[in-house]
Amino acid sequence: MKFDTSGLESTASVFGTAGRELVDGFAAAAPPAFELPVTKDFDGFQKEAVQMVKPAKGTTTLAFIFKEGVIVAADSRASMGGYISSQSVKKIIEINPYMLGTMAGGAADCQFWHRNLGIKMHEVQLARLPGEVGSGSCSTGLVLTASWLLDLCDICTYIFSLCRLHELANKRRISVTGASKLLANILFSYRGMGLSVGTMIAGWDETGPGLYYVDSEGGRLKGTRFSVGSGSPYAYGVLDSGYRFDMSIEEAGELGRRAIYHATFRDGASGGVASVYYVGANGWTKLSGDDVSELHYKYYPTVSTEASESDQMVEA
Amino acid sequence: MARYDRAITVFSPDGHLFQVEYALEAVRKGNAAVGVRGTDIVVLGVEKKSTAKLQDSRSVKKIVSLDDHVALVCAGLKADARVLVNKARIECQSYRLTVEDPVTVEYITRYIAGLQQKYTQSGGVRPFGLSTLIVGFDPHLGVPALYQTDPSGAFSAWKANATGRNSNSMREFLEKNYKETSGQETVKLAIRALLEVSYFLSSGCTFEFIFHKLPEHA
Repeated sequence: MKFDTSGLESTASVFGTAGRELVDGFAAAAPPAFELPVTKDFDGFQKEAVQMVKPAKGTTTLAFIFKEGVIVAADSRASMGGYISSQSVKKIIEINPYMLGTMAGGAADCQFWHRNLGIKMHEVQLARLPGEVGSGSCSTGLVLTASWLLDLCDICTYIFSLCRLHELANKRRISVTGASKLLANILFSYRGMGLSVGTMIAGWDETGPGLYYVDSEGGRLKGTRFSVGSGSPYAYGVLDSGYRFDMSIEEAGELGRRAIYHATFRDGASGGVASVYYVGANGWTKLSGDDVSELHYKYYPTVSTEASESDQMVEA
Repeated sequence: MARYDRAITVFSPDGHLFQVEYALEAVRKGNAAVGVRGTDIVVLGVEKKSTAKLQDSRSVKKIVSLDDHVALVCAGLKADARVLVNKARIECQSYRLTVEDPVTVEYITRYIAGLQQKYTQSGGVRPFGLSTLIVGFDPHLGVPALYQTDPSGAFSAWKANATGRNSNSMREFLEKNYKETSGQETVKLAIRALLEVSYFLSSGCTFEFIFHKLPEHA
């Protein structure tokens, strides 16, 4: 993929606003788009395409804002229908020192995206930030579920590169609002083309902690608690009932861990390792990565019952 | 040298772009404008030649706002200024739309300078015949800023600067008398800089000033 530097151009060109009478060196940045397939029944094709994606969306991810910052947590299972293709998918990915990316989907896609992203970040690691401009730092945790097509991986690479380019051009980190808006605009341009993406962007910027939910319909919501994926109803149950704004970092991390565990317990498409990250004023740190089957015995330890002891006595 | 000022895409043998330099000449004939940056305030001032008797002076505004927190004054061709300001205003709103944040002064200056540069490297167009002074406050940090652009597309930040007619004298005055000031002191410095050169001009000219103070909610 040719590295698209249209992110460096004025944002006006994205919306095709006035001022194009001049023959300029910059091509008007058309939004990225697939070539539409030629079929008799496009609606049916779209429906099939979406159905194909659905099994690959098995996941549980969540994020919430509390007093100290943001907690981002996810499972690590990739499944295709009834087949578990991987138990060790990294759904929260460290893109660069202040940005987190999380996702689920086809394992091969994930690996491609991860490698691709690393390469791209290497390419754009042109300059170091000269001293801190703002008082806070921005860590953007991107929770992306169900990256399906390779083109979607390119979108993610593109959006993260856009964030980095923004930082290089403006000498300050992009805000959570800005990063989520960029992603939402890109996903909107792919609307109706069969992408199935539910993302959360979480971070800490100059205005404090921020959390946005962005999906493949192009929708974008600002909020304080989100969970995305097939296991999200279960996660919401634990998260909503245990949530308090003034928790400590450990308590909040434990809440996230417990919510993911309970989702993996009940949802067949979620499992593996429950990773919990914390995003604060100084950036993100990984709090824990626990195998959910071990968490099970931690939360519900097996107790030897009285009945078996009395059985033994009878036999004797 | 006459051969090298037709199509601006051609360099002269000694490395000049003559059209750009002629544009700077047009700037030097424009009205005097001054900008001063204080610790909590930015001031822009421009002299207005006395308007004709029948002209509605209210329709002649030389200082324009690009957004709530950024203002600009140009010296040079007024019609070019209108085109440039319109594009800059659109860019301010477009930026707000895509990033949900107001522009920084540096960003919009870079955009305007980029526009001016574009017109020095394209076929069949001439450069904008104006230099601008752009002032404003950083929307998040509340830091005041003053920038200048010129027809070549170069831009830089300044503590105080002048452009247009007699800009050299004004700049000398500013260099001699500049101190870190705030509030009314900064305004007075800008006024004195303009008075320095307009004393020699025809009577009846007025000044137009704008000053931004640090917004409280910053």
